[in-house]
Amino acid sequence: MGMTMTQKILAAHAGLKTVKAGQFIEAELDIVLANDITGPVAIKEFQKMGAESVFDKNKVVLVPDHFTPNKDIKAAEQCKMMREFAVDQKIENYFEVGEMGIEHALLPEKGIVVAGDAVIGADSHTCTYGALGAFATGIGSTDMAAGMARGKAWFKVPSAIKFELIGKPTKWVSGKDVILHIIGMIGVDGALYQSMEFMGPGLKNLSMDDRFTMANMAIEAGAKNGIFLVDDKTMEYMKEHKNKNKAFKKKMKVYEPDKDAVYVETYVIDLSKIRPTVAFPHLPENTRTIDDVGEIRIDQVVIGSCTNGRMEDMKVTAKILKGKKVAKNMRLIIFPGTQNIYLECVKNGYAEIFVKAGAVFSTPTCGPCLGGHMGILAAGERAVATTNRNFVGRMGHVESEIYLASPAVAAASAIAGKIFNPEDL
Amino acid sequence: MGIVFKYGENVDTDVIIPARHLSTSVPAELAKHCMEDIDAEFVNQVKEGDIIVAGKNFGCGSSREHAPIAIKAAGVSCVIAPTFARIFYRNSFNTGLPILECEEAAVKIQAGDEVEVNFKTGEIRNTTKGETYQAEPFPEFISKIIACDGLVNYVKNNL
Repeated sequence: MGMTMTQKILAAHAGLKTVKAGQFIEAELDIVLANDITGPVAIKEFQKMGAESVFDKNKVVLVPDHFTPNKDIKAAEQCKMMREFAVDQKIENYFEVGEMGIEHALLPEKGIVVAGDAVIGADSHTCTYGALGAFATGIGSTDMAAGMARGKAWFKVPSAIKFELIGKPTKWVSGKDVILHIIGMIGVDGALYQSMEFMGPGLKNLSMDDRFTMANMAIEAGAKNGIFLVDDKTMEYMKEHKNKNKAFKKKMKVYEPDKDAVYVETYVIDLSKIRPTVAFPHLPENTRTIDDVGEIRIDQVVIGSCTNGRMEDMKVTAKILKGKKVAKNMRLIIFPGTQNIYLECVKNGYAEIFVKAGAVFSTPTCGPCLGGHMGILAAGERAVATTNRNFVGRMGHVESEIYLASPAVAAASAIAGKIFNPEDL
Repeated sequence: MGIVFKYGENVDTDVIIPARHLSTSVPAELAKHCMEDIDAEFVNQVKEGDIIVAGKNFGCGSSREHAPIAIKAAGVSCVIAPTFARIFYRNSFNTGLPILECEEAAVKIQAGDEVEVNFKTGEIRNTTKGETYQAEPFPEFISKIIACDGLVNYVKNNL
């Protein structure tokens, strides 16, 4: 019986020839990640376990990105604890505020994760790295602590759903619309405990940034991981983003599914038929195409996050905002994924376009996405966000509302003052 | 034995413990805000040993371990649902919050019912209604973690 991409990576990391869905295994880890919310809890658990040093100082990654730049004294204390641990343990990949980025935008950019890796991260959107053909999954702080101590984690081998992509998306449709469409179709637990594996002839029509966005939101369908077949674009991306630390010795490996790999379900997704898509409050599965949105007035637009804070997201936003102004009393907050992306935006004039359009152009932070800081909503307010969750109270007051969309729809909406189709600008 | 608080489907970790309270990881502090975004009265009413019963995909969303920690610190002795989101599922065993998967119990138990749970057998007894339901047994590997009272001790024994 054949194996899926995910099963092959897990088998290789468990030192087994084959694995089957449902089997419990212990796998070696290439990267163990945490942030300033989950890291401090993990460090405490690490100490309780009686561990003295991390299994590999190159393979533990700590990114203070959630409540940074420190939003209050408590946040500062949490970051301080993580910083001291990083110094004490000589953690190579600890990123201070001036060199940091939103973790899931940063790690691929730095070449810290490559194809074939097995990664756990104490952050649910760790699944983003599946875009590179890696197995990457979110876990909690205690699992992270155990991973730091032993370099291993236990997994139940997942079964998988196959997404066969065909066709080419139309002008204003991006990976965000594709993944929202899929979550709308299968639901927020449609892939519970399973892998979502993406392949097919349509893959070549999706950029790496599209794929990062899609893998990122696999968790929003309940999936253990999302993973893409490696192709020329993946190889080119990894070539351009090689890790510079020689001691790290990153080696990528491409895993393809066996011809007789078992998929519990196969969906054919015609990318050419997908419309700009919006998820209504309060679940990512409450999707409607832009044609069925109706008149929804909004107060704030947020463009950025680990889902949509990459260069292409900034590019499409600049394209739409160029020479335009946001609607009166509209608050547009743009936050790029990393310092590199920030710098690129400055160099190629996007930063100026954003500010002239009436936007705030922020340092990278997870802040607004999870209602941490830098863009909290009041009661009764509505936001269009390119983030990943629109749960009750996610971005502020429990009586606020979040509509999830692509950067193109979000930017068009900021100009129009209501949810708006970029095709109609 | 505990009194049941009942919630719907897809209860996410953002409502279990909103991010505005995540700048601490002290269990007692987190417990003060447990469930506040869907049930502001929960923290005032919950008593030691009470039970949460909910619909499918309980604990979806963020990986924050603060969610099971807050529920446990609030005094809840068990969460029963037809399914749990996978990160919450792991986090619960790892931090020692007992959870049970049982669709029948999740459907039939109502808010305010008095319920008794036998974790060894997975039997859930509803003393208000005089009914019993059988939860899914834990996989053998997870039973080992439970036997160690969470992952910390499991790792301690296996370092």
